[in-house]
Amino acid sequence: MLLVVTFAPIVAAVLIMLGLPARTTAIAASVLTLVTSVLLFLGFDSIARGFQFVFTIPISTELRLSFALGVDGLSLLMILLGAIVLLAAVWFTGEIEHHENAFYASLLLIAGGAIGAFASLNLFFFYAFHELALIPTFLLIGIWGTGNRRAAAWKVTIYLALGSVILLVGLIMLYRAVPSSARSLDLRVLQAAASAGQIAPAMQSSIYLVLLIGFGILISLVPFHTWAPEAYASAPAPAAMLHAGVLKKFGLYGLLRLALPLLPDGARHWSGLLLVLLLANIIYIGLVTIAQRRLDWMLGYSSVMHMGYIFLGIASANILGTTGAAILMFAHGLSIALLFAITGEIRKRVSSLDFDAMGGLAKQMPLAAFAFGLGVFAAIGLPGFSNFAAEIMIVFGAFRNGFDYQHFHIFQWATLFALWGVVISAVYMLRAYRRTFFGSSAESEIAIADIGSGFRFPIALLVAASILLGFFPQIAVQRIAPAFRNYFTTSQ
Amino acid sequence: MISAPYLEVAVVVLGTSILLVESFASQLDRRFLGYAALFGLAMIFIATFFVAPQSSTASAPLWNFYSADALSLFFKRIALATTAGVLVMMLDFAPSVSIGVQGAGATPQAGLGEFFTLPLFTCAGLMWMASAVDFVLIFVSLELVTISFYVLVGFTRRNPASLEAGVKYLVLSALATGFLVYGITWIFGATGETNLQKITTVFSRPGLEHNAALFGAVLVIVALGFKIAAVPFHIWVADVYQGAPTPVTAYLSVGSKAAGFIVLLRVLEPFLILPQMRTLLVAIAVLTLIYGNLAALPQTNVKRLLAYSSIAHAGYLLVAVVSFSGRAVAFYLVAYLLMTLLSFAVLVLVSQGGGDQLENFAGLSQRSPFLAFAMLVAMASLAGVPFTAGFLGKFLVFDAAVSAQHFGLVVVAVITVGAGFYYYFKVVRAIYWDVAPASADKIVVSPLTRFAIIAMIAGTFLLGVYPQPIFDALR
Repeated sequence: MLLVVTFAPIVAAVLIMLGLPARTTAIAASVLTLVTSVLLFLGFDSIARGFQFVFTIPISTELRLSFALGVDGLSLLMILLGAIVLLAAVWFTGEIEHHENAFYASLLLIAGGAIGAFASLNLFFFYAFHELALIPTFLLIGIWGTGNRRAAAWKVTIYLALGSVILLVGLIMLYRAVPSSARSLDLRVLQAAASAGQIAPAMQSSIYLVLLIGFGILISLVPFHTWAPEAYASAPAPAAMLHAGVLKKFGLYGLLRLALPLLPDGARHWSGLLLVLLLANIIYIGLVTIAQRRLDWMLGYSSVMHMGYIFLGIASANILGTTGAAILMFAHGLSIALLFAITGEIRKRVSSLDFDAMGGLAKQMPLAAFAFGLGVFAAIGLPGFSNFAAEIMIVFGAFRNGFDYQHFHIFQWATLFALWGVVISAVYMLRAYRRTFFGSSAESEIAIADIGSGFRFPIALLVAASILLGFFPQIAVQRIAPAFRNYFTTSQ
Repeated sequence: MISAPYLEVAVVVLGTSILLVESFASQLDRRFLGYAALFGLAMIFIATFFVAPQSSTASAPLWNFYSADALSLFFKRIALATTAGVLVMMLDFAPSVSIGVQGAGATPQAGLGEFFTLPLFTCAGLMWMASAVDFVLIFVSLELVTISFYVLVGFTRRNPASLEAGVKYLVLSALATGFLVYGITWIFGATGETNLQKITTVFSRPGLEHNAALFGAVLVIVALGFKIAAVPFHIWVADVYQGAPTPVTAYLSVGSKAAGFIVLLRVLEPFLILPQMRTLLVAIAVLTLIYGNLAALPQTNVKRLLAYSSIAHAGYLLVAVVSFSGRAVAFYLVAYLLMTLLSFAVLVLVSQGGGDQLENFAGLSQRSPFLAFAMLVAMASLAGVPFTAGFLGKFLVFDAAVSAQHFGLVVVAVITVGAGFYYYFKVVRAIYWDVAPASADKIVVSPLTRFAIIAMIAGTFLLGVYPQPIFDALR
């Protein structure tokens, strides 16, 4: 089953390139992926420890390399996110003027790469699957993008390539840090070695720093964030949905999966640095977002800003915070995908996405306005959406880290500052909503068609998933928490 | 079972008989000679799998300077496969050759016979070099390779660029040969041996004065640096690559480099225990990485771009050499062979209908989706995108460097890989983003070339996920 989830998008991409009808095949493959991953999610045994649905093919004894798939709660949630956003993104892809099959194949490859990375138990394939998205991204933005698409495509490609190579060095260092008897690229072997304390603390901190920089570039951690807003503003909507919604979560997933559990001393050593950077993500990027004058750029920056909260959950280094981070990854993926999708539809209809030129679109496009509103409310963490549940967990988790009744430590201060980010995001999101859909403008006099009613399905899919976890976060928590319990019981 | 030296003999016999047929059968379609050479090489390639292992008791004088270990067999196969790939390209390139040899109004197929035969002699030289464990044999086989390249580089003599390339190659290569001989004499003077194994034994004697031998080794490295296109011995590369007929460029960048690296591996074995040697090689590797990658950035001619990329890859290979990882060197060379031959094969076809500038690649995805995809794979592999052989090669190189604690080299290599993405993706951009000029026609690909390209694409992907066959062959 896991094999189906991993390879359905990739196989479909190949078939589309070989000439199968693009849209039908893409939708069929993404429905198959979604159904299978929901089945996996339901079939997952939340009591058993370790990875489930494991599938292994040995490849090279000399490199101790094997192709191994397997999931725990964390990776399962990410796979589910990938499947949901993939279906929505494919659905939102309308008519493509030229090279239609290449467009769909690229989308499927991005999603397939991300899902494959989440499902891989071997670091080699974990890395390799992620890089599968590199060329499709380059082509999607470069060929079908808007605005300053060429510069954006170069920037995103060079940044992601550089981040990946740094990450590769970090992974090799990690692999080499383990005594040669236990040396392996297999995650389970590394976990066993780490919990036996076989990675020296001094080594841990240097590896952690390399991993943090490598993953940080992929996640758009300040100061490595400049590629993200430009790329998302220029990318065609489905590509932005998948990239911001799913692929960017790869870096966070990597931190949660590798850096934190395998290198706890390294994480402690650099927690001060991480807190400063993530506050820059929340406060500084938050203010930059308020200053944006275009809807697509505003969304691009907002997706950078929200990464700060997930980093806060990771930095908290306890079950509550990291579980919250995992759920926020899921929730943010859904909400940002919805927002980018609607923005893409608006872009097709109006001449400019400048806030000054837009206004009053709610009259002509009530369905779009409603859907965008849901996305906005989810993004600012209104109770009922899963973003709210996740942010509460992160804030409590971070606040609890190193808490004593005498005085506040660095974590408590950081949490206090981070909470202001909620206000900031409410300001820019609601302002953008008002200036786009209410008031009046020259555009509001021209007849603009609302988005087709066929789009109700993907919108409902994204919103329903978010609300479901918003009201019943324990569905996810039960499955995720065991993944972290092994590492944090001792430190709590 | 065959004895290993017969392989080279077979290649030479094949070459000589094709030359004889060429001079007596004047009515023959010359392309037949190319196909015959291909067939012969394929037979010899198959024969390499039935070579008797070198017996340890063998006392014949041959084995003093000739080794048939796994490494040399492996490199013999590389040489054979490369030559076969180059011959396929030469068959596609044939029309340009006749014009290049006799000018406009040339008799059809003029000069083709020699064009197809010379690579066979180069191949024999490369194969001998793979087995050479004595400086005398190394020198002789290196000269065989170089002299046949002199002719090949300047082969299209009506074309001033090719002529210029030929002269440059001749002069600088002769200079490098001089360095090699001088270095060998110094080593011989200091140790009294030309056999590499015996030199190692001499070195392990306590109280030996190393400096004279070290000086000789540095001179040898200068000569080999020329062969593998390492900085600062790279000056000839860009002009010669650009001017030479494209299949010859491919042959130079793959065959000549592979031979240089196997000799480097063998020659360095006794010397690498000396710390000065290691410092020197690290310095060369850093210079090569930085220069090759940075100089490739602004190139607009694909052939020149590939020339600088060949310097850059010499840098990654040198990183593997100074990290003592023969496995990484061998795998990287195979990967490099696949992806470089693939890109040159596409380049030959595209440049037949225009030139080898970047704009000639514009909109290739509409003119020939097949070639566009092949070039995409080649560029992705050269840049180091996972699931391709190029990535696994880089992975092994980084792994070797980290385990040898060469962190400075790792930092430089990370930056240069980032730069590499830019210039390789420039080609991808031209192929997929840009629109073809209205005058550009569809490109026809002959069945043989199509087969060769598909085989190379498949090999690139296969080795990217399943490297074990290479490791097995090395054991």
